Amino acid sequence: MVDTKIKIRDLDFFYGKKQILFNVDLDFYSNQITSLIGPSGCGKSTLLRCLNRMNDIIPGIKVNGNILYNKFNLYKEENSVVEIRKKIGMVFQKPNPFPMSIFNNVSYGLRVQGEKDKEKIKKIVRESLEKADLYDEVKNRLNSSAFSLSGGQQQRLCIARALAINPDVILLDEPCSALDPIATAKIEELLKKIKKEHTIIIVTHNMHQAKRISDYTCYLLDGKIIEFSETNELFNNPKNKLTKDYINGVFG
Amino acid sequence: MVKMDEQKKEKIYFTIFKIATFFSVVLLGFILIYIFVKGVSVINLNFLTSMWNHQDITKGGIFPAIIGTLFLAVGVSIFSIPIGISTAIYLNEFAKDNLFNRLIKLSIRNLAGVPSIVYGLFGLAFFVLLLKFGTSLLAASLTLGCMTLPWIITTSEEALKSVPNSFREASLALGATKIETIKMIVLPNSLGGMLTGSILGISRAMGETAPIIMVGATFFMNYLPKSAFDKFMALPYHLFILATQHSSPYSREYALGTALVLIFLVFSLNLGMFVIRYKLRSKKEW
Repeated sequence: MVDTKIKIRDLDFFYGKKQILFNVDLDFYSNQITSLIGPSGCGKSTLLRCLNRMNDIIPGIKVNGNILYNKFNLYKEENSVVEIRKKIGMVFQKPNPFPMSIFNNVSYGLRVQGEKDKEKIKKIVRESLEKADLYDEVKNRLNSSAFSLSGGQQQRLCIARALAINPDVILLDEPCSALDPIATAKIEELLKKIKKEHTIIIVTHNMHQAKRISDYTCYLLDGKIIEFSETNELFNNPKNKLTKDYINGVFG
Repeated sequence: MVKMDEQKKEKIYFTIFKIATFFSVVLLGFILIYIFVKGVSVINLNFLTSMWNHQDITKGGIFPAIIGTLFLAVGVSIFSIPIGISTAIYLNEFAKDNLFNRLIKLSIRNLAGVPSIVYGLFGLAFFVLLLKFGTSLLAASLTLGCMTLPWIITTSEEALKSVPNSFREASLALGATKIETIKMIVLPNSLGGMLTGSILGISRAMGETAPIIMVGATFFMNYLPKSAFDKFMALPYHLFILATQHSSPYSREYALGTALVLIFLVFSLNLGMFVIRYKLRSKKEW
């Protein structure tokens, strides 16, 4: 039996007058990888961005419904966005390291939190880079610019940066869409490894990726959840005809 | 055959652009060389460091005008750079994108195009008369500051816009507040651009003549301004007086010498700007 980490109940999302998400009910389980799949524009990224309230920065949005994280309602506590984001980290579609050194990228979250202990920062940076399978590649050039890394390395750096503040949940928004298959495989391996300590929610347009790495998969279409179940079940024995059509490539 | 025509066409366009470039370079070069050749003869230590002698201009120097222009540059900087940059940060990072704020941004852009003499008139009415600053260094600094503000705001906004939003998102997603994000990510990556724009604005203000005549520049002072409420001499106005109002047979040479000093000051400022921009560019990698 797995614990539920995040519970979404009756979630509606509006951008201006346009409704993007319709009455979403969804559970994310602790220490599992859950994939959100669906065609472009189905609302999967929007749903993901509701979970750390990144949508807040877009003007003209409205959210109805509840998202419970450890029984704590993400949308009730007005002032705790910063705390939410420390607990629920995010990795973006395009690698977006800061224009600073590799070390300073990883230590950014700690410095923002006011951590002054240099030794502690060094230790956490090293651990985070190790967890993101990047340490061996960069250990001799921690002070060079993050832009000197390849795309795949940059994305792993962004994962290390997110890991450094030890989030409980990690959200990934199509993290491999800009990467080649080898870089993608590395990231998939490391996600499987770190799920022991973190709950992982990943948006992907790549069904094979969802199949390879996730324990649970949710299929969204036009802002509605069509089907949610264990990954094997969803791909091998879809209950809904729409799901079957999508995974069989009838449309997509 | 078609290919030949294309090549010919290209050559014609290329030649037109080349002639235009040649023309502007020659024109600018001619002005600079003319000023240098005619003006350099009067430049000596006495000219640069002694007080103005209105009766015999060959005996005196333009020291008070140099100091006046430098004071003015400092005054304008103190007033307009902090306010301009702060305004740009508010407009770009905090202000909601609604009709009212868009109207404000549009007005600021339009203010940048208002003729400087209009600012002079405003300064005379507001700073000199209403606020009773008198015709003074302070009134002139504030007047030129107002004139420079729209320029600094606009260029600073551009600098802020050049910082990719993905940086801001990444910082916010790591639990940074908006202020922390601005302090640690946005400002370090845009300050160079903002300062470049500011310096360019200041160097334009240094060359302004029309507005300062109305609010505090004077053509003859035999002492340096002792406080912000004193009048002052300034290089561009001094230049104007020498070129048009003075009867001395040497006044033409002395006007050109003054112009040379003014150009040198403005060039030095722009050189500083180039250094900042160069350092910035070597850092920018996204």
